Amino acid sequence: MFSYKAIYVIVLREFKRFFRQKGRLIVTMARPLIWLFIVGSGFTKLIDTSSDVHYMQFILPGIVGMTLLFSSMFSTISVVWDREFGFLREMLVSPVSRVAIVAGKLISGTALSVFQGAALLFVAPFLGLTIGPLDFLAMVLLMTLLALSITAFGLFVASFLTSLEGFNVIMNFIVLPMFFLSGSLYPVDSLPAPLKAVSFINPLSFGVDSFKHILLPGPGRLSAEFPLFVDVMFITVFSIAFTILSAYVFERKK
Amino acid sequence: MPIIEVNGLVKNYNGTPAAAGVTFHVNDGEVFGFLGPNGAGKTTTINILCTLLNSDSGTAVVNGFDCRREPHKVRSSIGLVFQEMTLDNELTAYENLKFHCYLYNMEKRHSEKKIEEMLEIVGLSDRKKDLVKNFSGGMKRRLEIARGLLHTPKVLFLDEPTLGLDPQTRSHVWEHILRLKGRIGNTVFLTTHYMEEAEVCDRIAIIDRGRVIACGAPAELKASVRGDIVRIKTSDDEAASLEIEKGFGISPVKTEQGISFTIEGGEPAERFIPRLFGRLTVGVVSVDVRKPSLEDVFIKLTGREIRDGSAQPQPRGR
Repeated sequence: MFSYKAIYVIVLREFKRFFRQKGRLIVTMARPLIWLFIVGSGFTKLIDTSSDVHYMQFILPGIVGMTLLFSSMFSTISVVWDREFGFLREMLVSPVSRVAIVAGKLISGTALSVFQGAALLFVAPFLGLTIGPLDFLAMVLLMTLLALSITAFGLFVASFLTSLEGFNVIMNFIVLPMFFLSGSLYPVDSLPAPLKAVSFINPLSFGVDSFKHILLPGPGRLSAEFPLFVDVMFITVFSIAFTILSAYVFERKK
Repeated sequence: MPIIEVNGLVKNYNGTPAAAGVTFHVNDGEVFGFLGPNGAGKTTTINILCTLLNSDSGTAVVNGFDCRREPHKVRSSIGLVFQEMTLDNELTAYENLKFHCYLYNMEKRHSEKKIEEMLEIVGLSDRKKDLVKNFSGGMKRRLEIARGLLHTPKVLFLDEPTLGLDPQTRSHVWEHILRLKGRIGNTVFLTTHYMEEAEVCDRIAIIDRGRVIACGAPAELKASVRGDIVRIKTSDDEAASLEIEKGFGISPVKTEQGISFTIEGGEPAERFIPRLFGRLTVGVVSVDVRKPSLEDVFIKLTGREIRDGSAQPQPRGR
């Protein structure tokens, strides 16, 4: 039974839980600002910004990407959480299909990420960047795509993890390299070849690159490195692949 | 017609059998208990019946649906209360129930009414809007039982429903289970290792080492073991002993508090005691009758004791 009602209520639950955990709300909102204004302003002094893009402007797309990365990956903790605290069984023993559970987790993880990413965009004017309504809309679409791909990937990884400790270890091990090899803090092109290869299979690289197309238009050393359609294509394929994989893994698990 | 039919269920974990040919049936509308020591295969059987586990061989049919071939239909027919807590602590009592209504695709108007009714029966109406994390163990259990019955399932499964609760809360939870059952008329299938809980059941199956070793009404099972045990203190125990031996052909044993014997031939004590008093010529100081317990049944069948009530209470509701 593929029930839109079940999907709706699973999404609703995740939203309620998110907004009820005040601590989590504060941390997720504060983290990108700390990176942007503390790490960003520190590096600004070191980095030659002879091009017309200021370093703090340059990392905004990366920090938006980071926000989506953390939010999406760690939203999938709810699968492990639900398993450890028994709530997953309440869902598994109901007549709702496993695919509906996966869909609910995907939608809620993606939506919460996009919500946080969009909130962060309101910082742009303070960095001297102007974002028009159309740019904002384009950003929301691209953020949705990126958040979906990362949530699907996270869900796939989380479905193999049975303890919260394991989740934290594995996720940090995956999340940090994904962030540092994404072109968020420095252009992908400046990486040595072996690391660059990793960047090319990292959805965050393409996501952040697509944000640069919107937020930092025009040519320059710190602008986008791939064509926009390549970004969108890669993320789309990545999303579809991991959505199918995680649905498959969930369906088979008892 | 039986609502649950289980035939030759086998399940091995890494070569160790958890169920080794479990066979029994449950009639519609009865309270059926699965009694046995920890690790006897109770939870394994319940998980197979609830479609959370596939058996290696054998068949299980719930409400006319095969657990392996039609799991979705089985899931729609059953409600479940697990050993461990499965509520969402971050949601309120009402939200937990509401979530359940959506999962079971209940009609909106109908579900609101049902939630109110269930909360009322388990005495949680005034805590409706409180977060579950502020509830006591007993309250959480009552809420879970209410949730398990929200979608009016044909069978309510309870896996050790009162494990880890104190005796007073336990009997309170039981009151609620039976009151709900009376209202809805569903079948209740429960596992337990508490004797007193098994006594409440209409029928029980005693399970040990993955096999059902006895099945029937508690009274029947107990009757199969031996008669009631009588302890009596009289003004002259030796004379009384002789009189009992002569009158009933039973030779009592001397104990510290008088004499003691077992009523033979399955005659219930309430009929035997008046006859006894009619025969005795010596004065009776005190008389005490002990019914054989299910524990005695288990000991007779296996030669071991069920560790009655002494199992480690597991932490609940972290």
